[in-house]
Amino acid sequence: MIEVRGLSKRFGRTQVLTDISADFQKGKVNQIIGKSGSGKSVLCKCIVGLFEPEEGEVLYDGRSFHHLEKEEKRQVRQEIGMLFQSSALFDSLTVLENVLFPLRMFATMPEREMLDRARLCLKRVDIEGKDALFPAQISGGMQKRVGIARAIAMNPKYLFVDEPNSGLDPQTSILIDDLIDEITEEYGMTTIVITHDMNSVMGSGDNILFIHEGRAWWKGTREELLKSDNKELNDFIFAGSLMRMVKDTMKQ
Amino acid sequence: MGPGPKFGPRSVAASAYRAVSAGQSVDLLFHIGHYFQLIRETFTRPERFSLYWERTMEEIDLLGVKSLGIVALLSVFMGAVITIQTKTNIDSPLIPLYVVGFTARQSTILEFSPTIISLILAGKVGSTIAAQIGSMRVREQIDALDIMGVNSAGYLILPKIIACVVINPFLVVISMFLSIFGGYMAGTLSGLVSGEIYLQGIQTDFNPYHVTYALIKTVVFAFIITTVSAYQGYYTQGGTREVGISSTRAVVYSDVVILIVNYLLTQLLLI
Repeated sequence: MIEVRGLSKRFGRTQVLTDISADFQKGKVNQIIGKSGSGKSVLCKCIVGLFEPEEGEVLYDGRSFHHLEKEEKRQVRQEIGMLFQSSALFDSLTVLENVLFPLRMFATMPEREMLDRARLCLKRVDIEGKDALFPAQISGGMQKRVGIARAIAMNPKYLFVDEPNSGLDPQTSILIDDLIDEITEEYGMTTIVITHDMNSVMGSGDNILFIHEGRAWWKGTREELLKSDNKELNDFIFAGSLMRMVKDTMKQ
Repeated sequence: MGPGPKFGPRSVAASAYRAVSAGQSVDLLFHIGHYFQLIRETFTRPERFSLYWERTMEEIDLLGVKSLGIVALLSVFMGAVITIQTKTNIDSPLIPLYVVGFTARQSTILEFSPTIISLILAGKVGSTIAAQIGSMRVREQIDALDIMGVNSAGYLILPKIIACVVINPFLVVISMFLSIFGGYMAGTLSGLVSGEIYLQGIQTDFNPYHVTYALIKTVVFAFIITTVSAYQGYYTQGGTREVGISSTRAVVYSDVVILIVNYLLTQLLLI
């Protein structure tokens, strides 16, 4: 479980996050939603420790991340897997080498076992026969899947996914969302997904946190989301014509 | 004009200049501090020595061996030009002809091979380093390393520093030989100086310490090229345009620092 307590972050004079508190449950897909520029990616980077918040703390199963020693932080980070918006695969490494990378860096098992583990992770995300290809030689959807395989290679306790559907067609988006759901359940991870894609929210969000103007504006479940009368949340959710149709159907 | 407050355009310009200068000084101090912080992070204990070793070997090939062609080409032609220019500028019968070989050797060992080749390498290697690390930064690959718990500065920069510090002295020694050889070829083929006299010149008053001095400079310049360029790349913010800007800055700043340090080292080691 990840707990965020009174987290605030500013860049220069710009206050980006103000007093954010939230709990992200284990074994669930926790989603952070909000408009572009609302501060959700900054919140994610504060949680994973890429940004140092001015106030507040982040607890990983009770361990206050920002108060840990450098070496302890590094150990917590080895329990974190992250899929980036751009996949962030290493261009100079092949698909297999990308998945092998965290294993070669940290695992103590023999090379043979590392290879088996990497191939198993690739198989889990339905990537087979592409071991020797470089990231530039595979599609965006495949890159996301390889990114997921790399993120789960070290068997992480916490999985962060930043905009998993950006640049993907609707069908591939659903496949990626389903994969994240399945893996979260299978590995019992605490998963946090940052998204502004409503299809993804309606399809896979267990717990949802809505960020507006850098504040935790609304929290709840997927079912509660559609019934909420929070104006800013409704403006965000029902901005698209498809979601407006859903709303009209619900009213009828 | 008596004392008192000045509101004219000149005083506004002067105060604006002072503000900008003060801002730039603070900026410069910030970058110097940040640079040394990055160096400290770079030299922390590697997570896995075998991976760092592999990366160092790759960097030796990319930054060193693949620079051999341009270094060889430049050295031969520079040596040739030094020889021709020296001969055409010493027409006096009082100056012996072997001075041509002597001058070619001294120019090559003291300045051309260690400094000019380092400046050329700052252009080739420095821009490569800044562009490579800068692209990784803007494409979130450095964030990916940090989140995995990898010391990204150490993993990306340390192998490049070791590679350049190890391989650049070899490149410079090869450059010395080729430059002196280029001078020999130019002198003999053009008939300006005979091979025998040129060889006599390059052996006259040879001081082995000058080679040591050149190699010390080369090692220091290699460190400057890799760290200044890596610093520019590592802190790139934005997109591909900013990667280009970082790459250009890497070359310009490396060159400026090399020139200043060259002067300081020459004072320290030769006087």
